[in-house]
Amino acid sequence: MKLKYIIPTLCIALFTLSCSSEDDTDPIINEVEDLSKIQEIDNNTHTIELFNETGKFETGYNTISLRIKDNATDRYVENASINWMPLMQMPTTAHSSPKSDISKALGMKTVYEGFIVYQMTNLDGSGWSLSIDYTIDGNTYNASSDIVVMQSEFQNVTSFTGADEKRYVLALMAPDEPKIAINKLKVGLFAMETMMSFQVVEDYRMTSDPRMPGMGNHSSPNNTDLIYNSAEQLYEGNLSLTMTGYWVLNLQLLHAAGELLKGEPVTEDHPKSSLYLELEF
Amino acid sequence: MKKLILATICVFCSAFIYAQEHNNTQKDTTKLEEITLIGRRKLSNYRQEKTLSSIDDYLEKSNKITMIKRGNYAWEPSMNNMNSERLNITIDGMQIFGACTDKMDPITSYVDVSNLQKVSVGSGQSGSENGHTIGGGIDLQLPNAKFYQSGLKTSVDLGYETNGNYKTGGLDLDYSGDRVYLNADGIFRKSDNYDAGDRQEVLYSQFQKYNISLQTGYKLNVKHTFDAAIIYDKATDVGYPALTMDVSLAEALITSVTHNYTSDSTFIESLESKIYFNTITHVMDDSKRPNVPIRMDMPGWSDTYGFYSKATMTINKHSFSVNFNGFYNRSLAEMTMYPNDPNQSAMFMYTWPDIRTLYSGIYAKDVYAFNDHASLSAAVRVGFHQNEIAKKTGLESLQIFYSSIEDTKNRVLSSFTTDYTFKKQHYDVSFSVGYGERAPSVNEGYGFFLFNSFDNYDYIGNPTLKNEKALEANFKANYHKRNFHIGVETSYFYIMDYIIGTIDESLSPMTIGANGVRMYSALSNARIFDVYINSSYKLSRSFSFNGTLGYNYGTGSNDENLPLIKPFSYSAEVNYYTSKFNAALQLEGNGNQSNYGSFYGEDETPGYAILNLNLGNELTIQNNKVVLKYGVENILDASYSTYADWNNIPRQGRNLYMNMSFVIR
Repeated sequence: MKLKYIIPTLCIALFTLSCSSEDDTDPIINEVEDLSKIQEIDNNTHTIELFNETGKFETGYNTISLRIKDNATDRYVENASINWMPLMQMPTTAHSSPKSDISKALGMKTVYEGFIVYQMTNLDGSGWSLSIDYTIDGNTYNASSDIVVMQSEFQNVTSFTGADEKRYVLALMAPDEPKIAINKLKVGLFAMETMMSFQVVEDYRMTSDPRMPGMGNHSSPNNTDLIYNSAEQLYEGNLSLTMTGYWVLNLQLLHAAGELLKGEPVTEDHPKSSLYLELEF
Repeated sequence: MKKLILATICVFCSAFIYAQEHNNTQKDTTKLEEITLIGRRKLSNYRQEKTLSSIDDYLEKSNKITMIKRGNYAWEPSMNNMNSERLNITIDGMQIFGACTDKMDPITSYVDVSNLQKVSVGSGQSGSENGHTIGGGIDLQLPNAKFYQSGLKTSVDLGYETNGNYKTGGLDLDYSGDRVYLNADGIFRKSDNYDAGDRQEVLYSQFQKYNISLQTGYKLNVKHTFDAAIIYDKATDVGYPALTMDVSLAEALITSVTHNYTSDSTFIESLESKIYFNTITHVMDDSKRPNVPIRMDMPGWSDTYGFYSKATMTINKHSFSVNFNGFYNRSLAEMTMYPNDPNQSAMFMYTWPDIRTLYSGIYAKDVYAFNDHASLSAAVRVGFHQNEIAKKTGLESLQIFYSSIEDTKNRVLSSFTTDYTFKKQHYDVSFSVGYGERAPSVNEGYGFFLFNSFDNYDYIGNPTLKNEKALEANFKANYHKRNFHIGVETSYFYIMDYIIGTIDESLSPMTIGANGVRMYSALSNARIFDVYINSSYKLSRSFSFNGTLGYNYGTGSNDENLPLIKPFSYSAEVNYYTSKFNAALQLEGNGNQSNYGSFYGEDETPGYAILNLNLGNELTIQNNKVVLKYGVENILDASYSTYADWNNIPRQGRNLYMNMSFVIR
């Protein structure tokens, strides 16, 4: 065998050997293998990496995984406490969106998670920024950046004013992958207290009437009302989908006392409630 | 699964081979198995009105059988006022199941007269030899290999009918040698839209099909022969005027290998064992319809693997027959709908969510002849039946309606019948009673939003249905004296847990424009009664007259008339027959259908009567034979439809036909 083949082969072998030995002694944990990176937000000391399954933000409910890299050591921080604030800059005003707290993901060392519900966006995806405040070992830091939020194809979030004159945001959280079956339907409901503060609304109730406009507004049986689940802080019910395709979930929101806040029953003359979500599969 | 079935066959066969060592030469020649059959006529013997008539036409000549028509092709047989689900229809003992969720492909549509030798029709439990049934069994029998050393025989058939410009052509090659038998035949049929009475064209009533079959036989020795048969049937461009969709493809491949053992000297006189496979593809299509609420594709597939082993034996005055059989079927059908809004994605569902049916059972029959006049027979069938929903999506979609169902359902099915026959020179009488059970069909058990255009409802299957059970009683008597004959034949069925769709107001139909949804459920009972009187009189050697009257009745425990019950019917015929020429003038009609099942979406069909004239000639030129059949159907060009015409589509108006057959030796 010629030397020119042997030398590169040896080099490659040596290189890979050295890499693996380094891994053995000093592993860099990768806990985001199944996720796609959306964006990095950095400051002088840290780089914050944002992940989800699709690798992009879209309007509606977004679960987000994030981790913080120490730029000095290239290692991921395991003991941060984190807060975030999404912000939509409008021509004359600005507002935030419903969001969760951020906590360490279950069974993970370096990954934190939470969700944000983007209720709208500009056509080109611009307008939103995300500011992250975090504390590590008693020191506080901030990182912020513009982010891109694309418009979802279907209405999976809606904001509206109820009969009580309050502003609400309603977002579809599950099913993530709908199927021809009885699906578990999960919906988040938030009241807009101020432009910057959204609170989970508890103990209301929603009726659900899924319909297929493409099939003469065909409905499905054995759907149940959406009831508040205090453990998960969302509304939950059964959603029957009898076939794949485009479905409109017609909803009616009822106050804890039973008073109708938004939405109408579906009839021949009124094929769609004013409060609805869409899904297609 | 296939291995299991094969292993079972092997075990069974070997058991019988050992059993053959018990020699018992005592025999009785009395064989009465045809007594319980209501018709066992030979096909293709040129005695039919049309040598090239379809199986459908042929079956319709039987008293108890009516064909339900959704168009001019693929009619659905109904016997004792019960159709597909309640009948057991087999091809030479082979189970085969249509692949269409809307019953547009009864299995009789996948064979042609050219394939068959005879059709065995057993009413009620007398038709349970090949499987469980309520209404009866129809076995379309393929010819057996013949080792006559008669050499090559060729026959050519040509047919033309004016109504619908219907053309038929067939070629049959038959070689019979000492050890080898070979038969190949092909037939092609093509019809345009037919005209109803008064020259009203019935749109979407065209069809086109061809059928090829190849059968070979090899004689190993005097006792053992092997047969193999392949039938390929393909229909394209079939219109269904009564439905909203047509069929662009209905294709079947039917294959079998058979071993035959016969012996006069052993305990087992004959043993016939077969393994078979058949596969059907059926594609519904609406691309030729200009106005539909939504475009859709509805393909379906049905594959069946199976076997049977039949043995006959005689001990003293007992004639025994045993049939051990089993099959495994896979039925899958799906529906894709394309929304009129092109931005919405296609909608999809499994209408038959990959249902696997496994059945294995045994049938035994004993005929005991008291003397030359009287005999008693008893038959029993017991089997195990399992349905499995193989697709998880299918199970989950049915769980929308039945939250607690599991993917498999096992059933044990049994049936029993006994028959007493007494024959004297001038009369014969037979009386039988029976009990039978059946499992729900794939449609009834697992169908998902199947649209029925008859009542304009969507149907949803019910996996929790109980077995349907029936008690039946039959009576038959004939009296003949000199040239006069009169016979009466009657059956009564008391059916428990009668499966039928009931409206569920809370459900929303899937089909655009449907009235609602019916879920399959069961009436606590239903009663069906039929009676036929046949009579004939021979005026001379050549002239004869015959007539038939029929009356049927069917009602459920909800005091509603059952649908598709034949009204009062009659037929009369004058025949002239010599060996070279025959002629017949027929009058055929139904009374007004007053007991119609309005509860099930049926409307009243007025009475009708039509006149037909059939003529035939037979010529022999040297050794070759020419058979010519010609005539006029519906001479008066009556505009009519019968109770069995789906959505009252009108039947053919006046039709002139001619069939020619050349037999070349």
